[in-house]
Amino acid sequence: MRNPFRTCPTTGLDVHKDADALIKANAVAATVALLIGGATAVLVLLTRWQAVHLLSDVWFYRILTVHGMNMLIFFILFFEMAVLYFASAVLLNSRVAAPKTGWVAFVLMLAGAAMVEWAMFTGRADVLFTSYVPLKAHWAFYLGVILFAVGAILVTAIFFATLVVAKRENTYEGSVPLVTFGAMTAAIIAAITLLHGAAIYIPTFLWSLDLMHVDPQVYRLVWWGLGHSSQQINVAAMVAIWYLLGALTVGAVVVNEKISRTAFVLYILFISMASAHHLLVDPGFGPSWKIVNTSYFMYMAVLASMLHGFTVPAGIELGMRLRGFTQGIFGWLRRAPWHDPGFSALCLSVVVFGFVGGITGVTFGTEQINIIAHNTLRIPGHFHATVVSGTAMAFMGVTYYVIPLIFRKKIAFYGMAKWQPWVFSAGMLVFSTAMTFAGTFGVPRRHWDVTFSGAPFGVEYSAAVDLLFAVMAAGGLVAAVGGAMYIVVTVWSVFFGKPLGDEMTQSALAGTVPPGLYTRPFTELPAEPAKLKEHGRLGTMPGTMILVGVFLLAFVVYYFANWKLLSAMWQIG
Amino acid sequence: MHATGITPPQGVWWKPAHKSEKVWATVAFAWCMVLFAMMPVWHLRGGQNPSGIRAKVDPADYQARVQEFIRDYQVGTDAGFPVVAPPPGSDVYLIGQMWSWLPVVQLEKGAEYTLHLSSLDVNHGFNLYPFNVNFQVVPGYDYGLRIVPTEAGEYGVVCNEFCGVGHHLMVGKVIVVEPGGAGGAGAGEADGAAETTGASQPAGAGVESDPQ
Ligand code: HEM
Ligand SMILES: [Cu+2]
Ligand SMILES: [Cu+2]
Repeated sequence: MRNPFRTCPTTGLDVHKDADALIKANAVAATVALLIGGATAVLVLLTRWQAVHLLSDVWFYRILTVHGMNMLIFFILFFEMAVLYFASAVLLNSRVAAPKTGWVAFVLMLAGAAMVEWAMFTGRADVLFTSYVPLKAHWAFYLGVILFAVGAILVTAIFFATLVVAKRENTYEGSVPLVTFGAMTAAIIAAITLLHGAAIYIPTFLWSLDLMHVDPQVYRLVWWGLGHSSQQINVAAMVAIWYLLGALTVGAVVVNEKISRTAFVLYILFISMASAHHLLVDPGFGPSWKIVNTSYFMYMAVLASMLHGFTVPAGIELGMRLRGFTQGIFGWLRRAPWHDPGFSALCLSVVVFGFVGGITGVTFGTEQINIIAHNTLRIPGHFHATVVSGTAMAFMGVTYYVIPLIFRKKIAFYGMAKWQPWVFSAGMLVFSTAMTFAGTFGVPRRHWDVTFSGAPFGVEYSAAVDLLFAVMAAGGLVAAVGGAMYIVVTVWSVFFGKPLGDEMTQSALAGTVPPGLYTRPFTELPAEPAKLKEHGRLGTMPGTMILVGVFLLAFVVYYFANWKLLSAMWQIG
Repeated sequence: MHATGITPPQGVWWKPAHKSEKVWATVAFAWCMVLFAMMPVWHLRGGQNPSGIRAKVDPADYQARVQEFIRDYQVGTDAGFPVVAPPPGSDVYLIGQMWSWLPVVQLEKGAEYTLHLSSLDVNHGFNLYPFNVNFQVVPGYDYGLRIVPTEAGEYGVVCNEFCGVGHHLMVGKVIVVEPGGAGGAGAGEADGAAETTGASQPAGAGVESDPQ
């Protein structure tokens, strides 16, 4: 019998060939969605920039729908399917529990996506990705989403089955690695999410066929049970990839398994099931419902992110210090491999997600502050800093390792790959910050014409908004270039790249794969780890303590600045 | 020693946390409690809360209420929309429909009103320009917010929830006058304001128009 495994010469892991193929298929589908999403991003961007105002009104809303669906749903979820196969079968040296079902799931997702694309591009679904009832799309739009979700739920089931198989067949010793544990929390949240998805899309599908009534407020409640918890999937998957990249690039250690794993569990326990912070200024719910369901009294999901925001850099710092980079407070950071796109993507993802996405998100998700944020450009400003600068950036970074490890190809244009995270992240940072500020002037999101020509009453935003639009466009275009660089590098590597032989010598590989692969930091903790020095109150990880201190300060300032802004409004209640 | 994130930890990994981790977890937890406490505290001490009076309402009933409101207090017209000046302390009704806000309301500075928002068709968004105050307007639900305008002037009402292809045309108006200027005087002001308005008159501006 043919051996269904190959042994990865880099990591020594046994890679199941079905896992290989399924990861490849899902990653390629994700990249196609990213390409469509990226092209439409530029069209939307150049329309919102009033000075250019590219698309017509009809096409703006249509293309915005295409951008939202392709990026947030198709790109992210196809990629997460690949992550689930990787974190189960590859990291645990196991076979995929049900490869045939895996292919059925893939075909379902592909067919669902194709139906949705057809409905959107032919103008049968000009409803944006939220499709708030009673705005109505063609039934094929809802059915496509349902098929896509069924596929995703199958992959989630295969993931859990693979964990069981690996345990039963003793493919690893000890507990599952932290990265797998993180992916597991993402998969559990995915199951919760997809149940909400079924609870809302099946009735809505029937409603589109005039077979049933759907209440608009109930729709918003249940839809965000899907829409919001799916963001928690993205966060959990992203954090798992942070740990993965930390390990691969610099051999980051897990400072304390208990803390990191507890933080993951907090995500499951405290995701806001009722999705309250999308409904804070809705008429259907009272203040106590809103307060309880945004925070469950304690904001434990925020606490979890703040813990990961500490343990990820702390693991990097400790890993570097154990390898002898003990100089001063920030020596470990200065000497880190910034030219490794996996490492730079990791750091940029952590920093922009935390400082921009996280702080704005918690602030806007506060019951009263939401009054000055809801449906303004502050919201897309916030989530382009979370799901794009955070999740998408982390996904891009890990691709530079997945290509040599799974696709067995050298990275094409490695010089360009080194710059890609910087270009993408810097552009996105400028873009989302400018968008957030434009939103503080009340500029609405999802809006074709903020000069309101043709409207019965005039509204004119301050001149600062014009400037912010220009900055936003500049940042967005730079980010689009960064996105294009990613696609060029990955597509070229995968389809025309040089196959990676089994030789893994430094000279043959330098400049064609990330350095973490041939210097193998994660297998080579020095026999005698360097002695760790206590830095007084800052302990053995002084750099990280300072970084999180700066973060907390920024958080406090931004949060209370928003209360101040709010207090200047009309009295309302 | 330590495992990395991709190596299975061996033996018991439930170990006491590192000192710096304990410090950070404590600080972060305390901050989360502040985040939570601010919300109830603002309900007690702050002036801006999205609580309101909330009820389900049949769109047809709501429309009838708006018509009555206009009949009782209309003082003029502006760009084809009725201008309505209710007395301080009263209920004010605003209706969102594809793609206009009805009516134009005229309020007194410093007086309290209950502003009702609802929609006849799809979701709309209430955004008060140039203040950045936003509320969701959902068909079948009446959102009654007690408001106290703090400054005289003319305000725009921008729709900020996507409501179809005319979404960006959906702009309404709120006028705030100095106290004592209500009633007869208000009519004159509203007529004056009519000159400052924009171009086209949207279909559906009239009270009797079909909600669909
Ligand atoms: C070069 C990169 C990108 C650029 C320049 C860009 C630009 C934009 C712009 C201008 C908008 C419209 C905002 C509005 O009018 O309300 C938008 C919306 C959106 N973007 Fe992006 N984007 C990019 C990447 C992404 C990625 C990677 C994702 C998801 C993973 C994403 C998810 C979304 C979503 C969900 C919306 C909201 C759509 C809606 O409101 O219906 N974007 N983006
Ligand atoms: Cu509207
Ligand atoms: Cu609208």
